[in-house]
This record gives sequence, C-alpha cells and structure tokens, in this order.
Amino acid sequence: MTLIRLQNISRRYRMGGETVHALRDVSLEIRRGEYVAIMGPSGSGKSTLMNLLGCLDTPSEGSYELNGVRVSEMDDDQLAEIRNREIGFVFQTFNLLARANALHNVELPLIYAGVPVHERRRLAREALARVGLADRLQHKPNELSGGQRQRVAIARALVNQPSLLLADEPTGNLDSRTGNEIMALFDELSRLGNTILLVTHEEDIARHAHRIIRLRDGRIASDEAAQSPRTTFRGADGANPGGNRQRMVE
Amino acid sequence: MNLFSELREGLGISLDALRANKLRSALATLGIVMGIVTVTLMGAAINGLNQAFIRNVSSLGADVFYVSRFKWFNNSYQDWLSMRRRPPITLAQAETLARRLTLAQAVAPEASIEASVQFGTRSAGGVDIIGTTEAYLQTSGVDVADGRFLTAGDGESAQPVCVIGSDVATNLFRDESPLGRRLRIAEHSFLVVGVLQKQGLMFGNSLDNRIIVPLQAFLREVWSQPDIDEILVKAADTAHLDEAREELRQVMRHVRHLRPEQPDDFSINQQEQIVAWFHAQTAVIALVGLCVTSLALLVGGIGIMNIMFVSVAERTREIGVRKAIGARRRTILLQFLMEAATICFGGGMIGLGIAWGATRLVRYWLFPASLSPVIVLLAMLVSVMTGVISGFLPAWRAARMDPVEALRSE
Repeated sequence: MTLIRLQNISRRYRMGGETVHALRDVSLEIRRGEYVAIMGPSGSGKSTLMNLLGCLDTPSEGSYELNGVRVSEMDDDQLAEIRNREIGFVFQTFNLLARANALHNVELPLIYAGVPVHERRRLAREALARVGLADRLQHKPNELSGGQRQRVAIARALVNQPSLLLADEPTGNLDSRTGNEIMALFDELSRLGNTILLVTHEEDIARHAHRIIRLRDGRIASDEAAQSPRTTFRGADGANPGGNRQRMVE
Repeated sequence: MNLFSELREGLGISLDALRANKLRSALATLGIVMGIVTVTLMGAAINGLNQAFIRNVSSLGADVFYVSRFKWFNNSYQDWLSMRRRPPITLAQAETLARRLTLAQAVAPEASIEASVQFGTRSAGGVDIIGTTEAYLQTSGVDVADGRFLTAGDGESAQPVCVIGSDVATNLFRDESPLGRRLRIAEHSFLVVGVLQKQGLMFGNSLDNRIIVPLQAFLREVWSQPDIDEILVKAADTAHLDEAREELRQVMRHVRHLRPEQPDDFSINQQEQIVAWFHAQTAVIALVGLCVTSLALLVGGIGIMNIMFVSVAERTREIGVRKAIGARRRTILLQFLMEAATICFGGGMIGLGIAWGATRLVRYWLFPASLSPVIVLLAMLVSVMTGVISGFLPAWRAARMDPVEALRSE
C-alpha cells in the first residue's frame, strides 16, 4: 500500500537575485513498511526532499500525497497537524527540549495532539520503555548520554504512532558503537512494521535500509534495493564506498 | 488541542523559561514594577482625596439646599460682581419660605460672622458666630452633646443665649462645665445653654469652633443689619430632591417679585455641586497623572518587548522543534504571550505590594490615600495587558517562523 506519492515535485528558492533549483521534477513512491535510505552529497537536494517529505516545507510544483491525503497545498497549521499525526522526526542533534525531562519531551507531541494528561503520561512511559529508557523518565537531556538522548528522541517520534519515521543523520553525532545500537533499534522498528526514511551520507548506515535512493543535482540519480550489508556495495553512479567516503569529507 | 490546555501548557512553559533565566526575568520585571507602583499610587492618591473630600462635604448634607446671593462656584470675576449686586436675602424671605414650601422639612435662615469671644479673662479669636433658628438642628445635622439647642422661644424673644461648639468649650472653659455660664460676644453677654457634639474638620477648618445664637439676637447685637447670608432648606424626601429644588426656586422667585422674563437673582447651592466641581478637578489631575505615570509603564512594556525578542531569538531552535512536532502558530503565539504576561503579572503583583506599603506610609504621614479593590484589579489587568501588548510582536515573529529555518539555526 502506498504511503508516499510524490509526483513531479520541484522546489525552487530565491537566494539574493538567483533562483536555486533544489529539486527538479522528482517523482517517488514509498509503500507502507518500507525502510528507505536517502543519500546524496551536500547540495544534492536531500535536505530539501526530507523537509518536503516531513511536511516542513511545500513544493513549488508537483503534488505530494501522504497516506492518501494531498498535503502539497496545505497551509502552515494544517501541515502542523499532519506532522503531529503522521510523522515522527529524529534529528542528528536530537533536538530535545533542554529544560524538560525525558518524559515531558516524549509527551510533547501528545500535548499538541490534545491527548488527556493521564493517557499521554502512560503512552510516553510506554514509548520510553520501548527504547529501553524505562528508568530514565525524570532525567533531563544533559543528564543522559548521547545514545540515550537519541533514544528519547526516537521515543518522542514514535509516541504518536506516526505513519512515517523520518530520521535525519540519526547517528551523525554519536560514536560508532552507540550509532550501531541506534541503528539496531531502527532495524527492529522496521521489522515491527514501521515505515522508516533515513537520510544519511554514510554508506554503512544506508545499508541498514532495504532501499536506497540517491540524489544528485536535485534529481533522483538511482533508486534500488540495498545489497545486504555483507556484499560489496556499488552505487548507481559507479562510485565505490571509498569514493563515497571521499566525497563525504568534502 | 483546546484553548484551555494550550494556556495551561503555555503557563508551564513560561514558568520554566522564567525559572531558567531568573536574573533576566527579574530585571525585565523591574520596569513593570515601577510602572505599576506609580500608576497604582496615583490611583490611590486620587481615590484617597476623593474619599476625604466626600467625608468633608458630608457635613453639608446631600438633601440640603443653600439659598444665597452667590453661587458657590463662579465662572468668572464678572459673575461674582453681578451676583454682588443682587438684592439681599432677608429674614422675611426665609419666613415666607418656611410657610409656603410643602416639600421642605425645615427652613433655617443663617447669618454668620467671625469674631472673638471672652469668658472671664480668657478669650478665643476667629470663632464663627452663627445666627439662626431652632430649625438649624435639622438642616445642619449638628447634635447637642450637653444641655439643649435653641428653641422657638429663644428666637421670638431674641434671648441672649448660645450653643457652643466643642472647641469653644475646651478653649474657654477648660475643665469647667460651660452650661449656665455667660460669655461675651461683641461686648454682649450670652448665656451658654448647650454644647454641640464634636464634628471635626471641613477643608481644614474646624466645625467645632463656632457659637450658635438666636438669629434675632444675632441681628440686633452682633450684626446690626437686617440681611442674612443664606437660607438652609432641608428637603422632606431625598427621593424627590429635584422637585423640592424646583418648588424652592419658584417660591423664591415669587417672594423676590421676579417677572417671568427675569433671571433668578439668587442661587440654590447643593453639596452635589461641590462634589461635581471637585470631581472635575480631580479628574483632570487623574488624567494628567495617569498620562505621566503610564509613561513609566510604557518604558516597562518596551523593556518586556525587548526581552521577549531576545527570548524568541535564543529559542529559535526550540520553536523549530515544537513546530516540527506539531505546534500550530496559535500554540507558539500563546506560549510567548503567556510568558510576557506572566513576567508582567509577576511585576504587577510586586508593584502592588510595594504600592500597598507606600500607601500606608503616605496615609500615615502625608494625606489620605487608599487602595481600593477596583484599583487593585485594574492594576492586575493593566499589567497583564501590558505583557500581552508588548509580547505580541515577539510572539507573532515566533509563531510565523519557518520550521525549516528555525531548525537550522544554532
């Protein structure tokens, strides 16, 4: 069943006197339950695509249907509701509210959804338990390790049972061991049926996904099933993993 | 998400934010505190003056008309001159009024002069000597503490008796009982038959430094002319003051032989006029004072606006996160409005506390001032409104932020 349908999406910005084509005529479908990685060098349009998919931004042209609802022409407040209901965000820098404890951070989407207080406490506790933080409810972000913070963020993303989990470089600020733990959590969430969209520039991370979409210059350069993590990866642009890493450093 | 839970959530967030920036919040509040203190004190002062004034003029009686040649409040010197040319008020006119008025309860002619009085070797100066009749007891609202008041008999026979105010009693007689003693007014001897109850001050003048004598005796011994100052007419029914006043006017016109086209050559004064005049004065003072003091509030408000802009700027990322998670514009707007309103309400409460203390001090040392519940409520309302108004622009900026931009900020 199709969850996301992008048709001929373009996104232009005006910067100074110049028009920047961040996305050109992108069409894309993602089915419910898929585990997709979006890759591409900086300036390839992957951030723009993520913002559009996350309903943080609207396209200049084209249509975007999320879960059967056309969201490309919605206004700010309608988009806010869609984000609240349909999308769970996981950011590279966690983006937790510093003054709020873990429980309150996870409750936040439920507050905006208007869930009564007892119900949302229960749901938030469950979500935190699911990411293994049942004993860290009252901790503030600065009392938690990086991996724990990202788990809180994942709990917050999951608590509204969104249709789509959108993770933007979720391991970018973590050491490789903690990063692997977080990726293991995503893998498990995927197995449990969540639709996950992973934006990354790390091949190792992208290989956790089942499908990899590569962007270049605002277009989809390739869209294919990911090889299993053990097999050697060759991207559609012909670059080997070493080449990719090279580009990443730029 | 309904408005109530949004407000509650907003309040929680704003308290959190204020707690996180205690010093900054306190400093931001300072301006509001000052503003509320000045505005409240201004209000308390005006309120106190009004109350004191009403207390002062209450001795005039709300239902008593003062018929005189002069209006209490003249528009100009010319007015005053023309009123001086009016024919005098006479005792005969007062007697006619007493006979013909149906809506009056009592009519008391009155003439007075300031004089010094002697008792033995003691003397007291600047005493108001009032010539009137027994009806004065009703029209002036005085009460006898000791002895008796004037009687109709005193008037008819022009008895040289007098009723003295409590100040006169203490000044001249010290600890002795004045009843049955004789004192001298303008070289004439008067027998003290009564002492009045203490009345206090009116506009700083003692109402107890007076001696009341029968009008006939007054005119003969002290005054030496047939005219009187004014006629006090007490209405029978306070519910029909206007009718009583109109009847009084018509009878007066008739008594003074005025033709229909002629204007009144007398004035009917009422406590109400003084009150209205006074309120007009204090309203001007209040308006000017409020304008000046609200400048302080304005400065406080600008301080709040400034601090809110800072608060919004440094929480841009938080705003981005909240929006990404599903906060609508209204939610963000309310959050920051609540924050500004909370700061200002806190400042307002502190300001009220200071103003309360200051009011007590002022009342103790300077003049009557009082904090009425209305002023307290208004001050709270004004402080919250200041918060909402000065917080609006920053909150609006926060609410309209583009989530993508906001999330990108450091």
